[in-house]
Amino acid sequence: MDLAYTEEEQEFRARLRAWLAAVLPGLPAKPRPDDWPGRRAYDTAWQRMLYDAGYAGLHWPVDAGGRGATPTQHLIFLEETERAGAPYVGANFVGLLHAGPTIAAEGTAEQRARWLPPVLRGDEIWCQGFSEPEAGSDLAALRTRAVRDGDHYVVSGSKIWTSHAEVADWCELLVRTDPAAPRHRGISWLAMEMDAPGVTVRPLRTLAGSTEFAEMFLDEVRVPVSHRVGAENDGWRVTMVTLSFERGTAFVGEVVACRRTLAALAADARRNGRWDDPVLRRRLGRLNAEFRALWRLTQWNVSEAQRAGSGGVPGTGGSVFKLRYSHARQELYEAAAEVLGADSADLDREWVLDRLSSLSYTIAAGTSQIQRNIVAERILGLPKGR
Amino acid sequence: MDFQLSDDQRALRAGVRELLAGRFGRDRMRAALDAATGVDRALWRELGEAGFFALRLPEAEGGVGLGLPEAALLFEEAGRSLLPGPLIATHLVAGSVKGAARGEAVVAVLDAGQPVAHLGEADALLVLAPANAPRAPGGTLRDAAPVRDAAGPVRSADPFTPLWRVTDPVEAGEPLPGAGRLREEGALLAAAEQLGSAARTTEMAVQHAGAREQFGAPIGSFQAVKHLCAGMLVRAELARSAVYAAAVTADPVEIAGAKLLADDAAVRNARDCLQVHGGMGFTWESDVHLHLKRAWLRSGQWLTAAAAEEMLAGDLC
Ligand SMILES: Cc1cc2nc3c(=O)[nH]c(=O)nc-3n(C[C@H](O)[C@H](O)[C@H](O)COP(=O)(O)OP(=O)(O)OC[C@H]3O[C@@H](n4cnc5c(N)ncnc54)[C@H](O)[C@@H]3O)c2cc1C
Repeated sequence: MDLAYTEEEQEFRARLRAWLAAVLPGLPAKPRPDDWPGRRAYDTAWQRMLYDAGYAGLHWPVDAGGRGATPTQHLIFLEETERAGAPYVGANFVGLLHAGPTIAAEGTAEQRARWLPPVLRGDEIWCQGFSEPEAGSDLAALRTRAVRDGDHYVVSGSKIWTSHAEVADWCELLVRTDPAAPRHRGISWLAMEMDAPGVTVRPLRTLAGSTEFAEMFLDEVRVPVSHRVGAENDGWRVTMVTLSFERGTAFVGEVVACRRTLAALAADARRNGRWDDPVLRRRLGRLNAEFRALWRLTQWNVSEAQRAGSGGVPGTGGSVFKLRYSHARQELYEAAAEVLGADSADLDREWVLDRLSSLSYTIAAGTSQIQRNIVAERILGLPKGR
Repeated sequence: MDFQLSDDQRALRAGVRELLAGRFGRDRMRAALDAATGVDRALWRELGEAGFFALRLPEAEGGVGLGLPEAALLFEEAGRSLLPGPLIATHLVAGSVKGAARGEAVVAVLDAGQPVAHLGEADALLVLAPANAPRAPGGTLRDAAPVRDAAGPVRSADPFTPLWRVTDPVEAGEPLPGAGRLREEGALLAAAEQLGSAARTTEMAVQHAGAREQFGAPIGSFQAVKHLCAGMLVRAELARSAVYAAAVTADPVEIAGAKLLADDAAVRNARDCLQVHGGMGFTWESDVHLHLKRAWLRSGQWLTAAAAEEMLAGDLC
């Protein structure tokens, strides 16, 4: 068990730090949460800077345009960018964390050449069209139909909760190509252009007041057959290859940020006198233990992935992490509300919006109940049931 | 960075697990329980021979020359197997008490205000300095007999751990070399024992949930049961990362966090394990209560939740 970073890893960190210190002061001001064109421009400009400096797709394989960095280097990258206050992955999320890796793993050479470089350069934004009104946790119940018509699919149906749909160029879409087959075997993975005729996006307002996700209506949208990744009806497997891929590292930056928030909460509590309340103090102390341990668990998972080789982060370890982290994050902002006291109802106060958005963490990317099913069945080997 | 067990560490853990399975498997464990023998001196010596106490003493002094991470792995196994006795105190002072390194002496620990475990069988007594006296030496050594003579036995809730109440103030004894870190190291090793217990009760619950059938199906196929088990694993694995990292860094705040999370994992996992076992879980015959009672006891030892949380809060400022 070695928590010390190798000389090579330390050099990597030092170079990255120097670069961040040089470029971050030149960033434009952050756009407002509701300014979607502004958000897109801001997020993609940052991705372009990463690309030019050789940090884009850091842990992607070299033959996919990545840098082939180790899981530990990737961890250092996520830690340092967060520490330095660099922009979050934002609108590049699906391209970099899901659609991109899926194409890298399962796409043809042509498909990789077409789609991966624009993701790495920040030229194109992707969204994820998986969930449907009738297919949430039970994703395999999806009904959006794709019917073959020559060298095209004609796609009709509706998707929901599609994050970043308003600014996306492409959508990774799960569709049913064989309604007669068993549920998991009749699904295909398509790349759909968001400005194709027949695509209608209707933004949905979240409880935080902004429009983070949207409904998407698809009315006979024509998608070239060449835009299918993987074999027809093999889309479920294609998707699952990467769905669990990032769960081990997807929240690294956030854990670093939560630890900083916790320190800021303590400082605030000292200023406003609430620190004298031992109940609150101990609650913050416990959260300190929690986030420190989550950081160590991340290092544990990353080291495991590093030993396993290029296979990436095992998805099941990610489920253990996600279950605990999503809960801890909500607890953090509950504690924040206690520190804020009467100000916790003021949306202009720091942490109040974060408290609201933390509520999605136990739902998005697999609810806590579904994660517990995964842990119980795939790690503990308990029998499947209803 | 390579935050995974090394090959040597894996081998060490496997070796201890094998030793304990052979020497303190379930039958012997239950026999020891029924006989209420307390510390089994023969087993204690075998543990000594296996390096349990001398693990961190330098090789030049007849020790094994390993560090805290290895000690944590050993104590994790001890917690798993419900091994009784003042293992931690004896390990901590193995370099200072004659015979302790070889398992020929039993050393109990006195932490003011707490009942003393195994005082009746102890050859020596480690007197811990109060937690809130940072400048005092971490602990001193005394002869156990006079303290025992003035102490009264407590009817202990943990059948494996005889307790004694010491009411008169006990004066500090001979200063110990390098005693500054006794409480921290004790807390870390107790956390490792809690981790072992938490992982074991998870296994017991999963095993039972897969075997026991009701309504025509294994109870582990019911989500209410399945989710209890998943929660147990999450607690145990978070505690594992915390305990192992604290063993590597030996950082006091990190140790406090590890103790807090491991106490929580051990106690709550034992309770959930009991729930999964139904009526069987409420019996003397089942091992669940042995884990729970020990986990409760250890939660109050070396570093309490209140003290750990205050330390962790102080670290935020
Ligand atoms: C902020 C946010 C962003 C999102 N972004 C996207 C996106 O970009 N693309 C996309 O495709 N989707 C996205 N989603 C959708 C998300 O994946 C789903 O919300 C999630 O999978 C749950 O599905 P559902 O909302 O239909 O809830 P349901 O599946 O209806 O669940 C409702 C409740 O029932 C419980 N439940 C359901 N099935 C079981 C079971 N078998 N056992 C126990 N309990 C069960 C759930 O845990 C939950 O508590 C996003 C969601 C959020 C909140």
